[in-house]
Amino acid sequence: MSGATVSDYDVVIVGAGQAGAQTAIALRQLRYQGTVALIGDEAELPYERPPLTKAYLAGEKSFERLLIRPAAFWQEKAVDLRPGCRIDAVDPAARRVTAADGTSIGYRRLVWATGGAARRLDCPGAALAGVHSMRSRADADRLASELPTARQVVVIGGGYIGLEAAAVLVGAGKAVTLIEAQQHVLARMSGTMLARFLEAEHRARGVTLRLGTAVHGIEGRDGTACGVRLASGELVPADLVIVGVGIVPAVAPLLAAGARGSDGVEVDAVCRTSLPDVYAIGDCATHANAFADGARIRLESVQNANDMAGTVARSIAGVAHPYYAVPWFWSNQYDLRLQTVGLAAGHDLAVLRGAIDARSFSVIYLRNGRVVALDCVNATKDYIQGRKLIESGADVRTDLIADSTVALTTCLQSECRPPMRSRI
Amino acid sequence: MASLIVTTRDGATRPLPADAGLSVMEVIRDNGIDELLAACGGSLSCGTCHVIVDPAQALALPPPSEAERELLDGLDQVAPTSRLGCQIAFDGRLDGLRVTIAPGS
Repeated sequence: MSGATVSDYDVVIVGAGQAGAQTAIALRQLRYQGTVALIGDEAELPYERPPLTKAYLAGEKSFERLLIRPAAFWQEKAVDLRPGCRIDAVDPAARRVTAADGTSIGYRRLVWATGGAARRLDCPGAALAGVHSMRSRADADRLASELPTARQVVVIGGGYIGLEAAAVLVGAGKAVTLIEAQQHVLARMSGTMLARFLEAEHRARGVTLRLGTAVHGIEGRDGTACGVRLASGELVPADLVIVGVGIVPAVAPLLAAGARGSDGVEVDAVCRTSLPDVYAIGDCATHANAFADGARIRLESVQNANDMAGTVARSIAGVAHPYYAVPWFWSNQYDLRLQTVGLAAGHDLAVLRGAIDARSFSVIYLRNGRVVALDCVNATKDYIQGRKLIESGADVRTDLIADSTVALTTCLQSECRPPMRSRI
Repeated sequence: MASLIVTTRDGATRPLPADAGLSVMEVIRDNGIDELLAACGGSLSCGTCHVIVDPAQALALPPPSEAERELLDGLDQVAPTSRLGCQIAFDGRLDGLRVTIAPGS
C-alpha cells in the first residue's frame, strides 16, 4: 500500500474557494481539534473571486492581495491544503473520495464546496482560442495575456460578470460590445429600473449594448475567434470573446454517489445532503431560503459561501444552528457602487427612492407590502437601513419609502414578523 | 519596516510589520490574526473589518468617506473612533498606529 496516496481525515473539504476556505477557518475558530483537509482543483491558495472581474482584471490589485489567508496561516492552523487535486468520485459507504489521479482520501465528514464551472456556450466555435470564461485566476490571467493585442472585445452575457468585465475593458481603451439575450441586463437578478440605468451608464462610457440579441456562434480564423455571429446573421468582429453566462454547479460526483439534487445538490437547514455525514455549501447547495419565502434556491455569492461555511462548521463542532442569513451582493462598475440586499424574485412592486440623475438611488422591491430586496446605487445608507426592513418582515408605508429625506427605518407600519427560521 | 499595533479580542497587544500600500485590514489578515471576516474584501459592503482606532491617533487619519460612515452606522457596538480596516490605507506615516479589533457579533 502506498502511504503517499492514501490518507484519512476527520473532515475533508472538497473545493478551496470562499466556502471551503471559510469552513476550515471557522472550524479552527470554533477550536475544532480534528484533522482537516482542504482540497482544491486549482493550483492556487484559496483566493477571493470577485476581484477577478474588477480590481484584478484592471491591474489595480496583485494576486497576493486576493488571498483569503497567507500561505503560513494554513500550516499554523493545521489545515492540510491539497491544491491541484480534482475529486471526481465519492464513495459514501466506504467514506472515501477519489481524485482523478487515483488518490484516495477517507473522511468522517465530507463538506462539498465545489461551487461551479463557468457555463460554456453551446454553439459553434465555443471552444476556439480567444474565447474566455471568467471564473478562476487562470481564466483571468489567460485573458490578460491576450488583452494587449486585442482591440475589439465582445462580451456575451449581461449579468454581473459581463457588466464588470465590460466596464474594466472599456476603461482600458478597448472597443467593447456586450450581447445579452434578454431584453435588459441583469435579467436574472434585478428589475428593469436598475437595468435601464446601468445600460445608460455603460453606453455613456462607450460600451455598445446589443440587447434581446441571440448568438448563433463564434467564427474563427486559424483556430482563433475573430467574431461573433448573431442569430440575425450579422457578424460582430472580435479579437477576444468573454463568456459570462452563469455557472454549472460542480456536483456530478455527489449526484453519481446518490445525493439528492439536480441543478445543485439539495441540503437541509444545517447543510446536510441526503448522504450520511456529507454536507454541501455555497454556490452548489440548493437550500430552502427564509428570504425567498422558503423556496429552494441556489445562491451564488460570497455572503452565502461564508454564512453556510459557518453553519456547517458549527454543525461539525457540535453547536448546530440552522442557516438563516439575509442575502447580500455587491458590484463595482466605473465609479458606481452597487449593493443589493435581499432577493427581488417574485416582487409585486418596485419603488424608486432617490434621484437616478444624481447617480445615487435605490430600487426597493416589495412583496405583499413587505420589503424583500433593495438594489442600491451609491446609496449605502439605504443598503444598511433596508436590510433592517427586510429582517423585520413588517409592512411598510409604501407612500413614504420613495422619499429619500425620510429614513427607511421609520417607514414600518406593523409589528415585526421576521421570515421563518427553519428547524433542524 | 513600519508597524501597526493591534489589540485582539483576547486583550493581547502586539506590533505587526506593515507593508505600505496595504490596508489595515490586509495587514491584520496577512499577519495571521484571524478575527476579521472581511467578507467583501474591501468593497465597503459588509462591515466585517471593524476596528477601533486609538482616540489619541484618530485625527491623524484621513476622515471616513460618507459611505464608510453609513456602513459604520449600521454596526453594533460602534465607538467614536470606529473605522473599517479596509478603508485605512497604511503607509509609513502611520507607523505605530494602534487599533483594537472590535467585539465580534
